[in-house]
Amino acid sequence: MEEMINLTINNLPVTVKKGTKIMEAARKLHIDIPHLCYHPDQAIKARCRLCSVEVVGKKRLLAACATECWEGMQVYTDTKIVRDTQKGILQLIMADHEENCLTCPRNGNCDLQDLCSRFNILRPHLPHVSKPLPKLCDNPSLVSDPEKCVKCGRCIRACKDIQGIEALGFSQRSINLSVGTAYKDGFLKTDCILCGQCTVVCPVGALVEKDDTDKVMQALLDPEKVVIVQTAPSIRVTLGDAFGLPDASIVTGKMVTALKMMGFNKVFDTNYGADMTITEEAHEFVERFKKKDCLPMFTSCCPGWVNFVEKHYPDLKEHLSSAKSPMSMFSAILKSEYAQRIGKKPSEIYSVAIMPCIAKKYERQRPQLQRNGVYDTDAVLTTRELIKMIKSIGIEFDKLPAGKFDDPMGDSTGAGAIFGATGGVMEAALRTADDWLAQKPLSEIEYKTVRGMDNGIKEATLEIAGQTIKIAVVQTLKYARIVLDKVRSGQCDYDFVEVMACPGGCIGGGGQPVTSTRHTEKERINSLYAIDRTSKFRKSHENPYLIELYKNYLDDIGSKKAHELLHTSFEKQPRWYDEALKKQEK
Amino acid sequence: MAHFITRNFGKYDVFSIDSYLSIGGFSSLKKALKMDKEDIASLITKAGVKGRGGAEYPMGRKWSQARQVTRPHHCVVCNADEGETCTFKDRELITQDPFNLIEAIIIAGWAVDAEDGYIYMREEYAHLCPRLINAIEQARQRGFLGKNILGSGFNYDIHLYSGAGAYVCGEGTALIRSIEGKAGRPRMKPPFMKQSGLFTRPTCLNNVESLSIVPHLLHDAAPYLAQGTENSIGTKLISVGGNVNKPGVFEIPFGTTIRQIIYDLAGGIQENRSIRLIQFGGASGKIADDSVLDLPYTYEDFAAHNLIIGSGSILVIDERMSVIDFLRATQDFFLHESCGQCVPCREGNRQIKFFLDKIKAGTQTQEDIETMLTFAKVMPLSSLCGLGETAQNALQSAIKVFPEVFGLMPKAQGEQA
Repeated sequence: MEEMINLTINNLPVTVKKGTKIMEAARKLHIDIPHLCYHPDQAIKARCRLCSVEVVGKKRLLAACATECWEGMQVYTDTKIVRDTQKGILQLIMADHEENCLTCPRNGNCDLQDLCSRFNILRPHLPHVSKPLPKLCDNPSLVSDPEKCVKCGRCIRACKDIQGIEALGFSQRSINLSVGTAYKDGFLKTDCILCGQCTVVCPVGALVEKDDTDKVMQALLDPEKVVIVQTAPSIRVTLGDAFGLPDASIVTGKMVTALKMMGFNKVFDTNYGADMTITEEAHEFVERFKKKDCLPMFTSCCPGWVNFVEKHYPDLKEHLSSAKSPMSMFSAILKSEYAQRIGKKPSEIYSVAIMPCIAKKYERQRPQLQRNGVYDTDAVLTTRELIKMIKSIGIEFDKLPAGKFDDPMGDSTGAGAIFGATGGVMEAALRTADDWLAQKPLSEIEYKTVRGMDNGIKEATLEIAGQTIKIAVVQTLKYARIVLDKVRSGQCDYDFVEVMACPGGCIGGGGQPVTSTRHTEKERINSLYAIDRTSKFRKSHENPYLIELYKNYLDDIGSKKAHELLHTSFEKQPRWYDEALKKQEK
Repeated sequence: MAHFITRNFGKYDVFSIDSYLSIGGFSSLKKALKMDKEDIASLITKAGVKGRGGAEYPMGRKWSQARQVTRPHHCVVCNADEGETCTFKDRELITQDPFNLIEAIIIAGWAVDAEDGYIYMREEYAHLCPRLINAIEQARQRGFLGKNILGSGFNYDIHLYSGAGAYVCGEGTALIRSIEGKAGRPRMKPPFMKQSGLFTRPTCLNNVESLSIVPHLLHDAAPYLAQGTENSIGTKLISVGGNVNKPGVFEIPFGTTIRQIIYDLAGGIQENRSIRLIQFGGASGKIADDSVLDLPYTYEDFAAHNLIIGSGSILVIDERMSVIDFLRATQDFFLHESCGQCVPCREGNRQIKFFLDKIKAGTQTQEDIETMLTFAKVMPLSSLCGLGETAQNALQSAIKVFPEVFGLMPKAQGEQA
C-alpha cells in the first residue's frame, strides 16, 4: 500500500500519494497554479517562481512545483500575498520580454500571454529593460529569438534529458543570463541535430520552427503550379488537438477535406511512401542479413537520427539503411512516375509535405534529394504550421465532413500507418521481411514486444525460418548513443535496429502541437494502432498500388531504377570543435 | 579583546607542523579520536556555536544530524568562500592558524563519519592556498591524514579547491556545484546537503570560523563557556571596516557593545565624523543608524532590534555618504552577483536598482515607491536561494530606519515599526 497524505488547499481537503508536489495536488482539485518553467514531463527546475504559494507555518512562500506535500499541510494559493507575488513576478518577466505579441509566431498560443491575460495585466507596470538581440536562424529548421526568451530552461532540459545532446545551455549570470548555444554559434555548427524537442516545450516564441507557411501559400495561389501535398502518418492523430477535439482523435477525413479546401490539387498519403520504404528497407535488410554485411542495420527514416549519426558517429554511417525516408521516396516518385503520368515536368509540380518534424525541413534540402536541380520536396510544414494555415484560411476544422485521399498514392496499409509510433517501422519491416525469409505469408503480424514508449531500448529475438534475428527499437538519442557506442566497440549483436529521435516516435515529434505531453503521446500511439487494426491490408508489400508501381515503373524491388529513385547516401556533418579535437588527438 | 579562537595567532610558524606540534597542535584531534562522536557534537551544542558564515544554524545539531544520515561516503566541506562585503575574519584564521583549520576539518570528518574533507577557497584568497596545501601535505606525512589516522582505523583526506570569484558560491548548493566543475549556480532544495550534497554524497558544510573553534573547545572549553551571555555563549571573530580609524579583525566576547567595538577596538570614526549608518553581516545584512551604539553584540539583542550578526562584519559608513547612495552601491553588488536563474532575483534586483536611481535623481513618484516596496517584499518571499532572499535586507531595514529617504513619514513614537 502506498502511503497517502492528507492536506488542504484553500481549505479544500485532498488526499494524495506521498511524494506528490503541491502543483499536482492542486490539479486534483482543479486548481491550476500559474507556472512557466514547470513542465509535467520534465525534472523540476523551480526557477520562474510563479508558482509560489503560501503554506501555513512557513515564513517564505514555497514553490508549488518543487514542494512535496506533507501530512496536515495547509496551502493557500489565493491570498493577497500570493497573488501580489505571482503578479509581481509576471510583471518582472514582462519587463524583460520583447512585447510585440502581434507579430510573434506564438501569438494566441503562448503560455506567457495566457498568464498575463489571467492576471489582467493591461499595461506594462515596470520600465522595459529588454535589449535587442539578434535572432539565430542559420538553418532550414530552427529559429531562436533570444529577445523572447524567459530563461525557464525547459529547452535545455529537453535537449539534455531527452536527447543527451546539450546543444543549449545557460551562459553568463544575473541580468546577462542567457539561454543559447555555445559561443552563440549557429545551430549547424553545434551539437544540435534539429530534432525540435526544444520548440515543443518552449512556453513562448523563443524557439520555433522556421516558418514556411507563406511559401506554401504563394504556391497555392499560383495558377501555374500543380500543388500536391502528402501527410505523414502521425499528423492524423495530432491535428485535432488544436481544434478542440479530444486528444489523439483520428481526423484523417477532416484533414483531407481541409487540405482540399486550402487548394491543394491532390492530397496524398505519406503512408504510401512508408509502404515503399518498408519494401525497400526490408529487402535491403534481408540481403544484408544473408551476407552479414554491416550489421546491425539501422533504419534511416528519422532525419533527426540521421543528422545525429552524420554529426556524431559519421564512422558508422554505413550502418544506416540506404532507403530514403517515406517523405523522400514519395516525392521522388511524385516528380518522376507521377509527373510523367499527368504530363507535367518535375519543375511544374510543387510538392508539399506535412510532417511532425522540423528536421524534415533540413532533410528536404539535402543535395542527395534533388535531381537535375529540382528538389523532390519543395516545402515541409510541421503540424503546427498546418494548424496555423487552417486557421488562417478560416476553416472550421472540427465541423468538416470526412474526405478521401486521392488516387493512386492515397492508399496505404496498416504497416504504413504505424510508422508514426516508436516500434512501428520495425514492426512494419518485420511483417514484410519475415514473409520473405519464411518465403510464405505469415499470419501472426502483431509484434507487441516492440510497442510502447516505456522503455528507451526495446529488444526482441525472433526465430524466423530457422534463423535467429536480434532486433532493437530505440527512442530518443540518449538511448541511441548507448547502442552506437556498443556498435563502435564491437559489442553490439543486434541485426536490425529502429531509431526514432523523438520520444514515442513521430507522434512526439518536434513539429507537433506545443500541448504534447508524454500522456497525450501514449493516446496517439493507441490511435495509430487502431488505424492499423482496421486497415484492409496490413503488410506494406501487399499494397496493391505499390505492387502496380513496381510492376509498371520500377521493374522490381531493389532494382537499379528503384535504387536510383528510392535510395540515398550519407555524409559526415562538421562540428565547430572537430578541428580542436583533431589537434588534441595529435 | 578575547583570545580563544585566536589563541594560536603569532604563536607558531604557520609553515611548519613541528612548530604547530610544539604548541600542542593536534592534541585535540588525539583527544577527539578517543571520544564518543556524539559527545563531540554535544560539546559544540553546549557551547552554543551557531554557523558563522551567516546562516546561524546550530553547529552541534548539524554534526549530529550529519552522522545519522545512513547513506554512505559522507564528506565534510569547509566553506572558505568568504564573500560577504567587509568580511575578512576567515582570511585571518587561514593566514595565522592554518594547521588549526586542518586539524578542525579532520576532527569534523571523524565526528560525522566522513571519508573526505574539501576546502572551497574563494578565488581572491588564491595567495593563501600554498600555506594550506603545505599544511595538508605535512599533516599527511605525519599520519594525521590518509589511511588509519593515528592508529584509529579512521581513513580521511583533505582536498583543496579554488573558486572562480562568484559571491553566490558561498551558498552551499552553488559551492558544491562549483567544486564539481559546474557553473556555480544554486539549485533548489530538497535534496538537502546533508542527504545529497557534493558529488551526491551526504555533505556536512561548515564555515572556517565555525570549524576553527572546535579544536580549542576540545582542548579546554571552560574559558569559552565562561564568556558571553546566556544565549550567546563565548566569543566571536568580527571584522570591522569602512570609515573607521583602525579597521581589522577582533575577537570579542559576546555582549561587547557596538560602541566599544567601533570606538575602542576600531579606533573610532575617521576625523571624528558622525555615523550615517552601520551594516552588520555583509551585503546581505541589515543596516542601522547610530541609535544602536549601546546595543550588546549578541544574537538575542540583534534579533530584538531587527538586525542579524550574519558573517560577523561591521561596516561603518560616515556622514559623507548618503543612505540612498549606499543602497545603490549594495544594489549594484547584487545586480552583479545574482546568478540570474530565478526571476525574482534576476529581474527584481534590476528593477529595484532602477527605482533607487530615480530616488537619487529626485524624480520618483509615489507609485514608484510603492512598486519598489512591493518588489522588496516579493524578492525575499519567493527567490530560489538565500541570495535573493537576503538581497533586500539592506533596503528593507533602511525603509524602517530612514523612512524620510523614501519620502515616507517617520513612524510616530510607540507605533510598531
